[in-house]
Amino acid sequence: MVSVRSIYTTPSSLTYSDLPWIIQHREDRCTLCGRCTSVCPVQAIYLTYRRQRMPKLDILQKKRGNEYRHFVGIRQRTNIEKKCIGCGMCSMVCPNEAIGPVPNSNEQRALFHLNQKGEAWKRGGRRNMPGRTTLDRIVFDRISMLTDPALDAGRHEFNLNTILGRILPPEEYIRRHTAGEWIPPTREIFPFVIGSMSFGALSPNMWLGLLQGVAYCNEVLGIPVVMATGEGGCPPWVLKSPFLKYIILQIASGYFGWDEIIRAIPEMQCDPAAIEIKYGQGAKPGDGGLLMWFKVSKLIARLRGVPEGVDLPSPPVHQTLYSIEESVMKMIQTMSMAFGFRVPVYPKISGSTSAKSVLNNLVRNPYAGGMLIDGIDGGTGAAYNVSMDATGHPIASCLRECYLDLVAQGRQNEIPLFAAGGIGKNGNVTQNGMALIMLGASGVHIGKYIMQATGGCLGNEMGRCNVCNIGICPKGITSQNEKLFRRLDPDDVAQRVADVFMSIRTEMKKIMAPLGRSQSLPIGMSDALGINDADAAKRLQIKYIC
Amino acid sequence: MCRLALKSADTPFSPYEILTAMEAMQEGYDGSGLGLLLRGVGFTDFNYRPDQVILSGIAHTEAALQRLNSLMGARGYELKYDHAMEVDSSLIEARDRFKYLIRVYKVPNRDGLSRDQFEDQLMQTRLALRKDGEEHGGDLTVFSFWPDVIMIKEVGWPLQIGNGLGLNDDRIKARVIMAQGRQNTNYGINLYACHPFFIQGISTMTNGENTAFVPIKEWLIGKNIPGYTGYQSDSEVFTHILHYVTRKLHLPLAAYKHVITPLKTEELDVHPQGDFLKGLRTSCRRLIIDGPNAVIATLDDETCMLVMDHKKMRPATVGGKPGVWAIASEMCGIEAIVPDRDTSLDFQPMREHTVIIPPDRKELVIWSQSDPFTLPQAA
Ligand code: SF4
Ligand code: SF4
Repeated sequence: MVSVRSIYTTPSSLTYSDLPWIIQHREDRCTLCGRCTSVCPVQAIYLTYRRQRMPKLDILQKKRGNEYRHFVGIRQRTNIEKKCIGCGMCSMVCPNEAIGPVPNSNEQRALFHLNQKGEAWKRGGRRNMPGRTTLDRIVFDRISMLTDPALDAGRHEFNLNTILGRILPPEEYIRRHTAGEWIPPTREIFPFVIGSMSFGALSPNMWLGLLQGVAYCNEVLGIPVVMATGEGGCPPWVLKSPFLKYIILQIASGYFGWDEIIRAIPEMQCDPAAIEIKYGQGAKPGDGGLLMWFKVSKLIARLRGVPEGVDLPSPPVHQTLYSIEESVMKMIQTMSMAFGFRVPVYPKISGSTSAKSVLNNLVRNPYAGGMLIDGIDGGTGAAYNVSMDATGHPIASCLRECYLDLVAQGRQNEIPLFAAGGIGKNGNVTQNGMALIMLGASGVHIGKYIMQATGGCLGNEMGRCNVCNIGICPKGITSQNEKLFRRLDPDDVAQRVADVFMSIRTEMKKIMAPLGRSQSLPIGMSDALGINDADAAKRLQIKYIC
Repeated sequence: MCRLALKSADTPFSPYEILTAMEAMQEGYDGSGLGLLLRGVGFTDFNYRPDQVILSGIAHTEAALQRLNSLMGARGYELKYDHAMEVDSSLIEARDRFKYLIRVYKVPNRDGLSRDQFEDQLMQTRLALRKDGEEHGGDLTVFSFWPDVIMIKEVGWPLQIGNGLGLNDDRIKARVIMAQGRQNTNYGINLYACHPFFIQGISTMTNGENTAFVPIKEWLIGKNIPGYTGYQSDSEVFTHILHYVTRKLHLPLAAYKHVITPLKTEELDVHPQGDFLKGLRTSCRRLIIDGPNAVIATLDDETCMLVMDHKKMRPATVGGKPGVWAIASEMCGIEAIVPDRDTSLDFQPMREHTVIIPPDRKELVIWSQSDPFTLPQAA
């Protein structure tokens, strides 16, 4: 017997009921195949030998004694670095439905100990705030079919595309067209854009699957989907391929990957869809990109021009420049020039009360091709939890404010606003996106939703999984470890990309038809929106309904 | 649903003729109001000269009329003719109609004013009168102030209004008359919300609903162009878009359809002016209309136009013979206006068509959006 007093506990000693996820293992079903323990990305569970004492009293012999049974069992580890992340891979691989995580409904003490060795908690994913979002609560309530012949979402033709790039006012367009002067480049694209996720953050198979899916959407389905790369460049074979036209290349403060891109320019068969200059990200405003060393594989190191296996933090700002106004102006001009003024260039900023000031600079910059605002609910491959949870601005009111600012200046058609951050957080991707479009966005960027819907990402806003930062993604979506990413078949991802965009297209029509809209995307059609929250209605300048 | 009728004839005719024709279209319609626009006008008791300007509206009180008189006097307009209507107020629903205004003014000396400046002055005068009315509890309503244009708007059954205003006395005749038979019952009734709408010689009336109204309105207001105000009706933007396309962008009339219902990219790829039109579509993206609409327009030179929404969700027919033509939302309307025509030549425009009744009224001109058009500026 062990004496209780001799048990050694540290301040950070935890028991399984202190952890966010508790493993339930049914020994009666378990055949001890060992699949769960080998799949577990964090070694939260282990097979272990146990001995069970069975007291034995032989009355006739007047003898007391014990018998011991030995068995193999599965147990949950309780040390903080090996705490279960609730990913559920163990249940996915178990042939006997014998194991699985359940969320700890009690308060969980692990939260107080995630900062071991003074390292604040870093993770992937997005803001841990479950529940319906403001966007989820917006409904489309101006039903025109009551006064008019109804549109048929199944049979009528719908123009669903949007424009990316600087748009001239009509007078100026006609003047320049007549004079044969430069007209800023624009692209006609599907309004749901695959948001920037870098080649580095994503595994090669995920990236390839997305690209295949995007090409299929464009070339077979006729849905002009584009995807953004995120920081860190693009594989040379893509840069020199005809698929480049579906790709928005991102340049961020670390400039990773841009050597390769610039070198590839002479050999490009076509122009990229656009250039996105990243100034900020909704999930971690004021913080640069971060690719942790776990994920800097040989290929990634080559693409980014860095040694293998080192952390790659990008600075929070573009270092070379003195102020954001100057930076935005000079970078937009430089990038426009690098691509012969044939490619739209736009900045991506994080949602903030100061977004309007950036916007007003862009209005005055004739080369700015749009603005992307990423709200606090945006996802990330790696960030400090405190940034993700508590820093930033929700997208809805930030976007609306910027749009109304443009309306007041009569410039709402000139600078297309794109919105990102939490779109489809609860699965309502089309509804969320269309709500933002009617609030004034020309389109939306979706990242995490795409990972969840096309790659099967397990993460959620209850802290599930969210280990994208350390290269152990159990689905192989955000890992550079071949053993993991070979789990993900690019063809399956591509198939899911096609599924997702086909269904978004159908749902867009199902939303637009009853509103009597089919000729153009209902950008800024705020008269169609209602929300059952008077304060939100007031802030967004839409109807309060109940 | 609105009932629309337009007649354009070489021989001037009475507006009452159109009102009787509208009776033919009464089925399934609420007959809640009347809007009329007359061009090529003549009075039996006044010899009208087209360089004189006609003010149309309603003074709801005597004070409003006096304010109008002094405002017009201060701006140097000299009253030449005040058409006194034979009003039978028992046939008029509204009670606050002090005087229906159809008044001809001589304009002050316009030496040194360009045509644009002169026309802006006329519009500014109309806007000032409208504003004056709005500032006084809506006691003065002004529909138009323009050479050779008369507008009448009233609430009630169209024929009854015609009787109430004595339009059957043949004292006014015109070569072109647009008529619309409904108040905007979708929203609160407001005379300014009644079609046709008018700005600087351009007028349109519509049968339908413009579901893209709010974004279009916001964009037009943002242009800060005087006169782009009102918007009590979602159809008013059709008039302002036509004004914007022809008067501000100086594009030919054929471009109107390309702005309100542009072709698809695949169609523009094979259009001779596809490159220009794609850019125009992008720049004028906020002016793309939506919903079911038949838009009927008339211009200063008595040109009449009919275009449909892109899905042709509303009916509209044009028919007639050399010298007299009609456009109506219902075929029976055409029948009532020009019974002795060759009905096999009646034309129902499809989504790509723009139908024009030219000022010479010899034959219809039909443009297709896939045809090239003259674009002097961009040649
Ligand atoms: S849920 Fe995931 S982390 Fe937890 S034990 Fe199972 S496999 Fe391991
Ligand atoms: S499944 Fe992969 S991508 Fe999704 S949260 Fe887990 S680690 Fe991140």
